[in-house]
Amino acid sequence: MYLLSKIKETILSLKAGRVTLTYPVDPRPVPERFRGRPVFQPDKCIGCAGCANNCPAREILIADPCQEMRVVMYLGRRCTYCGRCADLCPEKAIVMSREYENASPKITDIRQNLEIWMGTCQRCGRCFKDAGPLDQLMMKGYRFDDLSAELWVYKSKDYLDGEPVVKDIDIELD
Amino acid sequence: MLKDFLKKYFGRSLWVYHCNSGGCNGCDIEVVNVLTPYYDVERFGIKLVGSPRHADVMLCQGPAGRATAPALKRAYEAVPEPKLVFAIGSCACGGGLWHDTYNVIGPIEKVIPVHFYIPGCPPRPEAIIYGVALALGAVEKKAVPTEYHPVKFPIVRYHPEDIHVENGWATYDKLEKV
Repeated sequence: MYLLSKIKETILSLKAGRVTLTYPVDPRPVPERFRGRPVFQPDKCIGCAGCANNCPAREILIADPCQEMRVVMYLGRRCTYCGRCADLCPEKAIVMSREYENASPKITDIRQNLEIWMGTCQRCGRCFKDAGPLDQLMMKGYRFDDLSAELWVYKSKDYLDGEPVVKDIDIELD
Repeated sequence: MLKDFLKKYFGRSLWVYHCNSGGCNGCDIEVVNVLTPYYDVERFGIKLVGSPRHADVMLCQGPAGRATAPALKRAYEAVPEPKLVFAIGSCACGGGLWHDTYNVIGPIEKVIPVHFYIPGCPPRPEAIIYGVALALGAVEKKAVPTEYHPVKFPIVRYHPEDIHVENGWATYDKLEKV
């Protein structure tokens, strides 16, 4: 009985054949609905910053260096590929690609920077006034960021004794 | 330079130690999936070991938490030199979705140095194999940072301090920078 079960097992495992995939040599296709790295198309982007407002991981950052320019920064370090940015983009400027081979020795290799040219109101130039303290409580997303003071960066590294190996990741603003 | 270093010191079998410092176990399942017969990485000589003292490579998942960061540091120090650290998943690469909570310090690179990043939530098993193969120099790197600069619109501004008065005529110097 014991030997019979062993023979049965051998036949079963011989029937299965070779299952190992030859992945690193041959490419491997992904499923139809797979969401990979989001790709930003700058010619379609209007700079509404809805993606930055609704990113759950807060990985899309908005900076306004001057009135005519808006910089959209996708850092992608903690991006979970949820696809919300692609879902709510009014111009469909963000496409979830199927690329998953994003491994790199530098974390900045997956970032995307867009400089969007913004038209301004030439009449008065101050159509939007600054939010008051009550309005600031209601703010979310990129309006909450204070990029000059780097308030989006967490400041909780003091729990470890000694200096951290890598300092807080700086945003390069030109 | 890194490639030569890797070829010199990691030319033979890599023994990996997999270390979770507060993740959701999604990346752990994908790492274990890599070791199954479908994505058999033992054909490359990659073997999972139970102790950091036996390992060459640390596969780290999960963010550095307030409680787990000292343990992560101890595990890193227990790995004998030379050692490689892989950050697998968005938690280890960037701190994860809960990067700003009170008990998360941030990405593991705040605690230990990281040599390779594999983003994804969780990364596919192929992505993990790709990252390890990239470290071994078997495949080409695909990730490149993209930047987009539109056509530059030079706006000429004139300032009173740039006025030169010569022979009764006031002339401006054009500024290149805005």
